[in-house]
This record gives sequence, structure tokens and C-alpha cells, in this order.
Amino acid sequence: MTDLLEMRDVHTYIGEYHILQGVNFTAPKGQVSVLLGRNGAGKTTTLKTIMGLHPSKSGSILFEGNPIEKLPTHKIAQSGLGYVPEDQGIFATLTVEENIRVAMRDQSEATAERVDYVLKLFPDLKKFWKKDGGNLSGGQKQMLSMARAFVQDSRLLLIDEPSKGLAPVVIGKVIEAIHELKKQSTIVLVEQNFRMASLVGDTFTLIDDGRTVHTGEMGYLVENEEMKRKYLGIG
Amino acid sequence: MELLINLLINGLATGMLIFLLAAGLTLIFGLMSVLNFAHGGLFVWGAFAAVWMYATTGSFILAILGAVVTGVILGFVTEKLIITPVYGNHVQQILITLGFMLVLTEMIKVVFGPNQLAAKVPPYLAGSWEVGDVILIKYRMFIILIGFVVFGIIQFILKRTKIGLIVRAGVLNKEMVQALGNNIKQVFLFTFIAGAALAALGGALMAPYSGVVYAEMGLEFGILAFIVVVIGGMGSLPGSLMAAILVGLAGSFMAYYVPALSLAVNMILMALVLIFRPQGLFAAKG
Repeated sequence: MTDLLEMRDVHTYIGEYHILQGVNFTAPKGQVSVLLGRNGAGKTTTLKTIMGLHPSKSGSILFEGNPIEKLPTHKIAQSGLGYVPEDQGIFATLTVEENIRVAMRDQSEATAERVDYVLKLFPDLKKFWKKDGGNLSGGQKQMLSMARAFVQDSRLLLIDEPSKGLAPVVIGKVIEAIHELKKQSTIVLVEQNFRMASLVGDTFTLIDDGRTVHTGEMGYLVENEEMKRKYLGIG
Repeated sequence: MELLINLLINGLATGMLIFLLAAGLTLIFGLMSVLNFAHGGLFVWGAFAAVWMYATTGSFILAILGAVVTGVILGFVTEKLIITPVYGNHVQQILITLGFMLVLTEMIKVVFGPNQLAAKVPPYLAGSWEVGDVILIKYRMFIILIGFVVFGIIQFILKRTKIGLIVRAGVLNKEMVQALGNNIKQVFLFTFIAGAALAALGGALMAPYSGVVYAEMGLEFGILAFIVVVIGGMGSLPGSLMAAILVGLAGSFMAYYVPALSLAVNMILMALVLIFRPQGLFAAKG
């Protein structure tokens, strides 16, 4: 299986703090790769580094075989990466429609089809099309953020903690959405909710203190109580 | 009654001139988080460019266009040379833009001489209309009209175009705008140049209104524009319009009824807003 994204020995500093101290990670095409680790391990920084929001100091990041670590954020996004941040990044005083339009590259038929696709996938967005993004519920904001990342013709979606702060029934919908989006895009997911991670993930990468410590099939981690206890504090 | 209407029109006209200066400032502030104390310098360059163009060509329209082009050029140079190196550092922004403001002011004296210049209202905008007992001064009505037209055009761009949508989104969350594939630096440059052009337009319209232009007027109006941005809410265009009208009207009425407070009234308004609604009357919500 080809790797859509590959990080090799990536180091990132935020101010004077050395946050990522050697992250190695691959996202195989067509799969959901889950980044796991304790709070502060460096998972969110890994996604922000991929997007160029916290540029790496050293190491390489390849997307479809091309280096992207030196590109500005908008070029990285234009190359085919969509980003759903932990706080969803909804533009509160823009309508749902306007939130989607910010992400649309053009008025092409292909873009229109992608918008149609997300509106079928997330019917609530159609219902609240002319409402301000800030008035949506937490779950609807999550849907909007995922829809927005997808319509920009993303072949890789980076989704940061989509279950955070959501009710269990809403998390179920998010899981369904990720399964559906997986048919169209490769997904890298950061998730603290291990049950959700195990339900949607194909592979896992454990990050601890800014370093990659384990990587493998999700089934292996589900069975490995010691690893879960040591790196995730569960089990 | 005539007195009240005259004070109202005076206040509205002054408010519109301040609005033209504050409109660019609030968007630059809101979108780019840049404290541009050189904005008044762009205003004064617009004023002098218009006076010079009018004296040279005899065309008021060419004078206005010349001022706007001056604003565009100065805006481009300022953003590239002065602002770009200090993005994200407010202390450096204050120091370098204050310094550049002084440079712009002194350069006026080098280019146009140290003395103030007389500015004339074009003949077709001179004089007044009489409506009953009320005298409406044409040039003031013209300024009010231009102010509302400019507000309408900016609102149209912000609400109906993709670049306007990105500006509005950028005021709320710059990082996300970039992560969605939009080149925020280009949008910054566009916004800065547009703001500079508006400031220059304000200066060009101010010149015949006050009758003279002088190098230091940029500092005076720059401070008023900052007060308006604080009162209206950073990043809010309607807020700037309302606050500019409020400041213009307060100045006009106080100058007549309580002259001793006419200069202090703007500071009092700003202080009240900072105490009771520090985010401004119409702050953009993130």
C-alpha cells in the first residue's frame, strides 16, 4: 500500500520549547491513521506541523512523494490537505454557506459535486445554510468543519479530536461520517477517545514526549493492554 | 431648527471624513492585527496630492484620482517595507509606524514646502442650497454622500465578493483562512492598499473642507481615527461608520454649545466605551 503522507524525523519548536523531537509517521492511502498519546504528547503539534502552522525545524514531510515542509500553509492546503482543528475553527459570524465558500477553490462542477456530497452527508448543514456558524451546536460545528475541509478537494484530511466535548449520540454520527469520508479521502485522526479511535482507525501511531514510540495495526493496540496502560493511561 | 440641522450636517461631514480614514484602519487592525500609526500620513499625502493635482490640472476629479493613486502607491510601499517585517510584534509596529509617520510628515515639507497650502472647493460644489430656512452647504452634502457611497461599496465588496469573504473570515481566524488554502499575505496586502487609498481619499476630500492643508494634519486626524476604531470595535466597518458619525456629531455640537469641551469630548467618549464596553460598540465576534 502506498503512503500518501510520510514524516521523517520531524522536529518542531514552539518558541523556545522543543515540542516534536523526532516524529516518524506514515499515512497509507485510503486508510484512517490514528495518532494517539497522552495530553501534551505532541499530537496536535504534529498536525499543525504538517499544515505548516508550526513549521518544522528539521526532518522531512512528504505528501504524495513531494516535500511540503517548506511550503506556506495555503500552498500545503492547495496541494490537497484539509485540516479540521481541535476547536473546529468555525467563522462564527459567517453563515454556514459562507464558511463553506471560504474553502471552495473555484466554481467548477467538481467543486459543486463535492458541496452536494457533503450536504448529503451532513443534512443539518443544508437546514442551517443561511444561519451563522456560531449558532450551530457542537456536533453541527464539527460537521461543518469536516465538510469545509473536504470541499477544498482534499485527498488527505487531518482531523483533530473530533469527539471532544460531544455527546455520545453525536460521536456516533461523527464516526459514521468518518467512515463515509474514508471512501473519498485518506484520514489522519488525532483522538483521545480510545473507543472511537479503535472503531474508525486502521493503523495507529503512538506519540510520547514528542517522539514516535510505536506504530502498527489498530487491532494490535486494542489487544495490547500494557501498551495502552503505559502510553494512554487506560486498560 | 436651522441651527440644529447645520450642526448635524457639519457633524456628519466631519464624521464621514474620519470614517474614510478609520475604515482602512479598522480592517487593517482587525484582519492583520497591525497597529498602523502611519495611517494619518497616508491621509495627509492624499490631501497634498489632491491640492497639487487640482492646482496643476484644474480638474477636481483628476485631483481625487491622483490622491487615491498616491494612497495606493504609498500603501504598497508601506506594507512591503514597513509593515511586513514587523507582523506579529505590536511594540515594533508602534515604534516603526510612528517613526514612518514622522518621515511621511517631514517628506511633505520636502516635496511641497514647509508652508500650508490653500485648498479650494471646485466651482460646481461651491455655494449652498436653501431649503426653507435651512442652508445646505453643497460641499458638505457632497462629502456625506461620498461617505455613504464608499461605505456601500466596501460593504458590497465585503459581503458579495470572495476577497471580501476572506477578509471577513480573516478578521475572525487568520490561521483557519490559510489552512483552507487562501493566501492571507495577499489579502493583507490588498486590505492595506485599500485602507491607504481610503485614507488618501479622505485627505483629498478634507482639503477643500478645511480650506488649507498642512503637514501635521495627519497626526490630528490619525488620532481621531484611532478613537473611532476603539469606539466602533476593531475590525467592524459598520462600527467605524457609527463611531465616526458619533465623534463628528459630538465634536460639532460641543463646539457650539460647550466649546471648552469640544476637544475633550472624543476622549471622554472613548474612555466611556473602554470602561463599559472595552471590545467596542460593534466588535467583530471570533
